[in-house]
Amino acid sequence: MSDAAAVQHGVPGAYEAPLFGAYSKKVGMWLFLASDSLTFGALLFAFSYNRIYTAWPSPFHVQSIINSTIMTACLLSSSLTMVMAVFAAQRGDRSWTRNWLLATMAFGTAFIVLHGMEWSKLIGEGLTLPMFPKPAHAAVGEMADISKNTPQFPATFFGLTAMHMLHVTIGVIYLGVVAFRKWFLPVLGVIWIAGYLLIPSDNVFHYGIHALGLGLVVAAIILFLKPKDYDAQDVEVSGLYWHFVDLVWMFIFPLVYLLSTKVS
Amino acid sequence: MHDVAKHDDSKGQYFWVWGALLVLTAIEVVLGYKQIFEPVHMLEILLVLSIIKSALIIGYFMHLKFERALMRWLLVISVVACFVIMYFFFFPDAGRILRLGVQ
Repeated sequence: MSDAAAVQHGVPGAYEAPLFGAYSKKVGMWLFLASDSLTFGALLFAFSYNRIYTAWPSPFHVQSIINSTIMTACLLSSSLTMVMAVFAAQRGDRSWTRNWLLATMAFGTAFIVLHGMEWSKLIGEGLTLPMFPKPAHAAVGEMADISKNTPQFPATFFGLTAMHMLHVTIGVIYLGVVAFRKWFLPVLGVIWIAGYLLIPSDNVFHYGIHALGLGLVVAAIILFLKPKDYDAQDVEVSGLYWHFVDLVWMFIFPLVYLLSTKVS
Repeated sequence: MHDVAKHDDSKGQYFWVWGALLVLTAIEVVLGYKQIFEPVHMLEILLVLSIIKSALIIGYFMHLKFERALMRWLLVISVVACFVIMYFFFFPDAGRILRLGVQ
């Protein structure tokens, strides 16, 4: 918030009052989120554009809707735990800040795992893109027909949800770095290597898991450049990013899933 | 230095917002699965609910409600203006394809 004591006109070296009444990191994050919202806006418009002029399929059975509803609840709950982390950081309670951030990361990880399972199920049933590894048993069926007759659906579905999943993954890494600093890097490295070894090679996440490796390199560089203890401002700014990821899903969930529900 | 945003809010209101978001999500799921309305009306209703949910997230969880009015309005107006411009770029063209067909 604005700090009136900092405004000392004519005094050499005095701060000038900030235009937005907020510290620069927060303004910077808001500007980034404004630009990122346009990225997601463009993807959502592309999805809607294709949907208007194409005979759009309704492939999401009740299991998919239940799964995506649980994913939504995970993200909404993670936003609440993130708010609690910001409160804890503001009162200087480092232990509870870390605990709440860990809870937020757990909800985020649950979202990613559930989404990965959903993707794997759809791909296994034949909803694929040309660059995906194709399971042999998925050449025929409802999803295979959709991929063949309406390729716009898998293209926009996977494009939009992959972008969001990437943002959630970056968010979990971001919170991990804020909560645990350099101690998070070996954990991330182990998850990356274990994921690569454990996920079968015919699963798309066998390659997608390398996003964690990229995240590891970026996080290591950031920690090398700014080897400091993160304070309450950093927790609040990371929270802005996390809530934005939640916010975007509030549009993806109804537009992509609920409007393509198959009532059996 | 400037302090992290502090305002006279209680933790309780965040639990209320969280509950409201879950209830709105449940309403969306029921509407989506029951398919009571025509697709166009369904789209309108779901979008309105999503905008209400996003306003709750931005206003309370992201604390924009408690920021200075200049920052609040500049951010909201600029992003909404960009979406309006996108809308006028994209959708007349999608309608043209519907009317004229695709070669």
